[in-house]
Amino acid sequence: MTLPLVYSALQEGHEILAAHEVAGEAFEPFLPGLVILLPLLGFILNGALALAASRRSADALRGGAELDFFEGGKRPWTHSLPTWIGPGVIGLAFLIVLVNFTRMLGADLHEPVIRHYWTWMSTGAFQVDAALQLDQLSMVMMLVVTGVSFIIHVFSVGYMGEDQGYPRYFSYLNLFVFFMLTLVMGASFLLMFVGWEGVGFCSYILIGYWFTDKAKADSGKKAFIVNRIGDLGFLVAMLLLFAGFGAFAGFGTLNFVGVFAAAPDALVYGGGVVTAITLLLLLGATGKSAQIPLYVWLPDAMAGPTPVSALIHAATMVTAGVYMVARTSVLFALAPVGGLTVALIGATTALFAATIGLAQNDIKKVLAYSTISQLGFMFIGVGVGAYAAGIFHLMTHAVFKGLLFLGAGAVIHSMHHALHHTHNDADPQDMRNMGGLRKFLPITWITMWLATLAIAGIWPFAGFFSKDEIIWMAGARAGGVSGGWYTLIWIMALAAAMITAVYMTRLMIMTFHGKNRTGQEEARHLHESPWVMTVPLMVLAFFSIFGGWINVPHAISDSFLGGFGLLPMTEWLHEWLHPIAGVATEIQAANAGAFVDRAPFGGGELLWAVLSTGAALIVVLVSARVVGGFKILPAGESPEPVGFKKVLFMKYYVDEFYDRIIVQPLIRASRFSWKVIDAGIVDGVANGLGNLARALGWFGSLFQTGSVNTYALFLAIGVLVILGVVAF
Amino acid sequence: MLTEALVLSAFLFAVGTFGFLVRRNAIIMFLCIELQLNAVNLSFVAFSRYLGIEGQLYVFFVMTVAAAEAAVGLAIIISIFRHFETVNVNNFNLLKW
Repeated sequence: MTLPLVYSALQEGHEILAAHEVAGEAFEPFLPGLVILLPLLGFILNGALALAASRRSADALRGGAELDFFEGGKRPWTHSLPTWIGPGVIGLAFLIVLVNFTRMLGADLHEPVIRHYWTWMSTGAFQVDAALQLDQLSMVMMLVVTGVSFIIHVFSVGYMGEDQGYPRYFSYLNLFVFFMLTLVMGASFLLMFVGWEGVGFCSYILIGYWFTDKAKADSGKKAFIVNRIGDLGFLVAMLLLFAGFGAFAGFGTLNFVGVFAAAPDALVYGGGVVTAITLLLLLGATGKSAQIPLYVWLPDAMAGPTPVSALIHAATMVTAGVYMVARTSVLFALAPVGGLTVALIGATTALFAATIGLAQNDIKKVLAYSTISQLGFMFIGVGVGAYAAGIFHLMTHAVFKGLLFLGAGAVIHSMHHALHHTHNDADPQDMRNMGGLRKFLPITWITMWLATLAIAGIWPFAGFFSKDEIIWMAGARAGGVSGGWYTLIWIMALAAAMITAVYMTRLMIMTFHGKNRTGQEEARHLHESPWVMTVPLMVLAFFSIFGGWINVPHAISDSFLGGFGLLPMTEWLHEWLHPIAGVATEIQAANAGAFVDRAPFGGGELLWAVLSTGAALIVVLVSARVVGGFKILPAGESPEPVGFKKVLFMKYYVDEFYDRIIVQPLIRASRFSWKVIDAGIVDGVANGLGNLARALGWFGSLFQTGSVNTYALFLAIGVLVILGVVAF
Repeated sequence: MLTEALVLSAFLFAVGTFGFLVRRNAIIMFLCIELQLNAVNLSFVAFSRYLGIEGQLYVFFVMTVAAAEAAVGLAIIISIFRHFETVNVNNFNLLKW
């Protein structure tokens, strides 16, 4: 029913695109400032409601009773208004973005449009403007951020509806969207950094949303502190860009337009400075986007509410690193080592995290490692110079991983209710306690399967096109400079893609298939979520199916996989992002060789596409059979994992390793500087000076007798001394 | 002529200072201060003979201030006496740390 509709809609988009090539109007942005301000307004309004609510509950506490806002089934106004304000402001922002998007589609835009509002700071040669940049890349990101945010806000209405901190939750979520939009729309490195830090902060407060649980509050701290390491890299990279180092004099500006225009002439290809800048930027990206070595915070970030995991820790914030590399593509193209490192880190992370995902039992942990792994794929994309492919995967991943997280949320919501009603204290997130849920949550079950097929890379779902594009582009550089590395990356990416299919199938089978393991009494309380939660799932499922069709490569589009040209938007995103990535692609082609249309061991794009989707399908079917055959016991009765499975379950002991070599020495060093340096030396000197002053004062006070004669005597002696000095 | 006047002035000032340092009676100490002031007045007058009329002008200032000071100072001494029934300054040492 929907298929022809979609087809005609896509066809229309394609025609608009075709029209814009001849038309060539100037792009006139429509209220871009409001896109940012609306979420901020939502934050202020919801924040005011949260304060009002907290005042009421504080009054109740002073009276000696804990306040239940939902007592008697009624919602007070502080808890009913956010339902409209929270998703409302984001929905409006999304509509404005849509208007801008259609305008940009109809326009002929080669240079970014800068909206300058005021000068933020100006000291000497250093000037930063509060300015927004509207171009094809920021437009794509705005669409993803506001669109997915809106859907997840709506879902949150159902998921968080019975939480006492409902207005507080929405104020945080709105604030996050505000900072995320600042990150993608800011016209300079520094504004991007403002958004970068802002989303980090919002991530921190939302992970620790249930802060009375110390483990959750600690997870928030961990995310925040690990991100600081990456942010240091970003900061130093900005300093290098502005002030330069050695022979490179610096750009003297942090505006994207200024830096990228001057970069090809100012920086030596493959030079030390540009390599350092890109590696430092990469350090920042590994922090925010949870890549090796700074990925450890993301699995712990699952302590937050599940919609937060979907929005911040899957769809938007964690992709900021990918966006940053794509945004600074010129610099990465000038630094081949930087680009290769990005791709290598991405490939390693993709494979590494995927294997951990195989052995996790917590449904959100599996998805967390899956996210890390998929972010690795995006890093491969932008690292090999296929910026459109990286951003493409970012978009499709935002949709299908958002869907998977929301689906997991629906499952957990239902499990939580069932366990709560029966006073069972089993873990509602542990997949070993689930099983056979498809009967109780049919919509969740179907939509999550669609997302699973998408992430596993099966034709014609969204993930197939985006992931295949990345793998293909990695292989397409195997014939050029440092081709051996790219061959390795290509193989690792293929392996990671296969493992993705395994762990996702395992998740689906353990959750939805087989025998129900919740217990009979509990099973009677299991139920499908309300429409406010299932509709978002269906919307995302729709895009998980068709979202990949916006960027079908020619080789596939013209073959049977593309219905011989029936898929409408061939390489649309690629062409759309050309004004952004074009310069970088040229630099790369001129120095490191262009992409070759050939896989490392022969074969064309179509052959490998068929092979990979076929292999993925087989892997899904086989692992469904294998996992279906396992005897899974509820968490309380399961034996401890042994052997290599235990290594995977313990996440390769990386957390323990970091604890041993970084955290514990740091704690010891901190204790040393506290006890010895601060309490001993610094305080000793300070207290010593104080005691000295006190002793001197005591000595001086001996002269203050209170007797007039003594004073008169000293006065006379003083006068005599002064007279003596003056006279002789 | 100037020398003699200055010597007399210095002598009177020294007498005033000495008296202030060694006597314990508040009224005597007070009179010693008056003596010092008038010693200075004497040198002002002596100098004015050679340097101009301003010296005598200052004498009037000093006398005015001394009169005001005498009024306030004696009032304080009287109230101290009413309180302690003595004007021996050795008894007054409360104003210290």
